[in-house]
Parts: sequence; C-alpha cells; structure tokens
Amino acid sequence: MNGDTIVAGIGQTEFSKDSGRSELQLAAEAGRAAIVDAGLSPADIDGLVTFTLDSSGELDLMRALGMQEVRYWSRTPYGGAGACTTVQHAAIAVASGAANAVLVYRAFNERSGRRFGQPPPRPPARTLDWYSTFGIRTPAQMYSLWFRRYMDDYGVTNEDFGRYTVVARRHAATNPNAWFYERPITLDDHQQSRWIVEPVLRLLDCCQESDGGVALVVTRADRARDLPQPAVSIEAAADAHLGHGGVMYNYYHPDLATFPEAEFLGRQLWERSGLGPDDIDVAMLYENFSPIVFYQLEAFGFCKRGEAKDFIADGNIDLDGALPVNTNGGLLGEAYIHGLNNILEGVRQVRGTAANQIARVDHVLVAAGQSGLVLGHA
Amino acid sequence: MVDPIIQHDDRYFWDGIAVHRLLIQRCVACHTLRHPPAPMCGVCGSLEWDAQESSGRGRVLTWILSRHPNAPDENARVVVLVELDEGVRVVSNLVDVPNDDPYAEYDDMAVAVDYRERDGVLLPVFHPVGKL
Ligand SMILES: [Zn+2]
Repeated sequence: MNGDTIVAGIGQTEFSKDSGRSELQLAAEAGRAAIVDAGLSPADIDGLVTFTLDSSGELDLMRALGMQEVRYWSRTPYGGAGACTTVQHAAIAVASGAANAVLVYRAFNERSGRRFGQPPPRPPARTLDWYSTFGIRTPAQMYSLWFRRYMDDYGVTNEDFGRYTVVARRHAATNPNAWFYERPITLDDHQQSRWIVEPVLRLLDCCQESDGGVALVVTRADRARDLPQPAVSIEAAADAHLGHGGVMYNYYHPDLATFPEAEFLGRQLWERSGLGPDDIDVAMLYENFSPIVFYQLEAFGFCKRGEAKDFIADGNIDLDGALPVNTNGGLLGEAYIHGLNNILEGVRQVRGTAANQIARVDHVLVAAGQSGLVLGHA
Repeated sequence: MVDPIIQHDDRYFWDGIAVHRLLIQRCVACHTLRHPPAPMCGVCGSLEWDAQESSGRGRVLTWILSRHPNAPDENARVVVLVELDEGVRVVSNLVDVPNDDPYAEYDDMAVAVDYRERDGVLLPVFHPVGKL
C-alpha cells in the first residue's frame, strides 16, 4: 500500500428497493462494469474479496463473469464496519504479489430480501444472550444504547442529528445515482418522521435498505498509465479493532461518548499517509445511523469532542464547506450497499467525475468506523 | 414453556440467577473479573475460573426505551447498561421506574439488582436505590 496500489475501475448496478433479480446477478453486473471500467477483461482478474455476509460464492461469480484463474481470495467479517477492509485486503494481495488485479464486490437484495434493520424472527426455542434477552434486538436499539450517552454528555439532540440528514439528502438530491435524487428534506421533515428509538433516532436518521451491487478493481500503481480512467492511488488503508471493542454492541470502553476504534483508525491513516485532517478535501463517513458521523468527525480530528453538532450546523460538511462529507448523499441518501458505494464516490471525487464534484480534490478519506482508506492521485 | 437455550460459557451465570445470585466470572490465577464471560483470562492466560457473587450494586451508564417493532403489544422496557461496583458492565432492565418517559434522567442513577420473571424466564434486573 502507501501509494503502490491503485483503484483502476469501478462499477455498480442501479440502486433500488426491488432489483427483481438474484444477488449473484447483481454481483456479476457490478463486477463486469468495474472490470470494463478498468480496461481489463475478466481473465485479467486473479483475486476476489467480499464480505463474509455476501451470498455470492467466489466460484459462482468466476463462472458467471468468465474468470479463468484466481490466485487469491478473502472475506472480511462484521459487515459494514469492514467496508474499507475489503480494499485493504485487495491492496495487500496486490502489493505482496499474491495477485495482479483483485475484484472487490458486494451485492445484495437488502430491501426486497433479508432486511438487516428488522429483528430476527423468533426462534422456536428461546436463546438467552446478553442483549436480546433484555430487549436489544434491532441495530437501531443496539447503537442507540451507545449513542445516548454521547447525547447526554454533550447536550446533543435528535434535531442536531437531523442537521446531518438534511445535508445528506441535499447531496443526494443532485446525484442522479441516488435513490433520493431530487428529494431533499427540511429539518422539519426530519423532525416529523416517526421515532425509531426516542429520543435518539428517527426514521430519517437511519440508513436506507437497498438492493444493488457495487464492485471495484485494485491493481499495481505501475499499471496506471495503461488504464482508460485516471488511476486513484490507495495512499493508506487500515483496520482498527480494540480488545474491549464491539461493532454492534460497543459498550465496554471507558468513555461511551467517544469512538476509540475510529480514533485508532485515524492515527494509523494519518501516520501511513503523512497527512492530517487539514489535508482532506472530501470525507466519506459510513453512516448506518446519523450519530455515527458525529463520533467520526471528532475521532478523526476534524473537530474537537462534543463539537460535531456545531461543525455541522456551521455548514462545514456542505459541498462548499471546509470538509464536504458524503457528497453522494451517503448511505442515508444514495443507497446502503454496506458502505462500498461510499468508496466508489471517493474514487469519483479523485477522478473528478462525481455528480457533486468538489473543485479541487487531492485527498479523500473514506472511513467505516473500524476500517478506512485515504485515496488520492496516482 | 420450553427451556431457554443457554450457551456453554454462560451456564454459570444463569444457574446463579436461578438462585438469586448475580455471579461474575473470576480468573482463579490473577482474580481479574470479566463479563460477558470468556473461556480464557485476557490478563494472564489462565483457563481456570470460578465466579464471585456481585454486591449487586452499580450505576447506570446509559439507557434506552425498547419497544419491539413487530410486537407492539409488548410493554416497553427500560434497557440499561450498568457498571457494577466490581467494575464490570452488564446490559439489563431498569424496573420500578416509568417505562414510558424517553426523557427521564437515569444516567448515573445508583441501582441494585433484583430478580423478575418475564416470558417465563427469571432475569436479573435493577431498581433504583437511594443516593449512596
Ligand atoms: Zn488471569
């Protein structure tokens, strides 16, 4: 890594609520689009990376795409927290020589099929565990128990969270790729949406449930000149996990009003890239729920602890702000393809082809809490 | 009522609840407490553990009102994260308080363990105690 690998191609399907086709087909469509975008053919791809949660088997995808020989594959655990881990795996494989060109993919019918936001169906026998036994069943509840202490410590209200959603939906409204294209909201709309977990999350604080597929191709930086598209350098990639941490149940750190994994991630990304928060032109921050943007803005050093609400209210994350955030509308506004669609937006911002293109982009931070990337010009 | 399924490493805890004892896993070698349980001590590596009975006293670190989205007929529950005086944390329910006020102030409340049945299962829960 550290500049010797690049994102050579990106591809996706449309984002919808009912794709009408199989998850394998979505993966194949997105994968083929990414390979074509990179100016390669399926036979050039010799590595595959996806999430452990993805339903499309590697061999099935190879057959569908017409890939001949794969020398490396891997999967990343824990869902969206590992969105950027996929690219780190691909970059490590390429940098080590284990593979020449790796296809990263994620495809699902997360709205028309199995919906993550719903509690699991009641099993025939009751399993006692440390959380659902006491009423923590949905992701919204799991995260809200963590978020609430942040709100109480720093005087943050649901209306403050709504100010993020308004920005995300404004960005989505001018992104034809977004599900909520041409559908911006006001803060009043946000405050009128129904409670999911009062007083933490309303419906409009929750990411979408989407159908779709996303893919990208990682290869060596020395191949950049041969590519049809501007190459995007992977300037840094890192994972950040802590011994007393959790993804869904992050309840065991000393200070619940912080996100220690993201702080650890930020330290690594700044050290590896030689950059700092002031060098970042666009930040793509994973948001299953709007409060996680607040934690990450503070953890990466874009503002001080407890100040994210003011940072957002002051317009800093708008397209013309000091740090445009989630310029595609993010997972609330564009689609929820487990965070991988935010990496594609980071690539577009560096290429200069985003729907909401920022004028001068040298470095993009893409973060998913416990995993992250810095992207720049090759 | 079908007997609930209890995972292997968790059995001691629920056996304790059945006799109204709140047990915390303890390393035999270095006496470090841990919860949720783990098969090995992360401090010294020992596989030997027993359980210490908690004082049952602690404070609320954070809380939410939980309503089941698919079973609106169920009563809302106050879910709390409690830090026990022994230093470990447990997710539980706060009882004997209003369960319909999302704006109540339960953070840092002093609480003590109690035992209540819900859906045929005996659960450890917490109720408020006077200022310590
Ligand atoms: Zn020990």
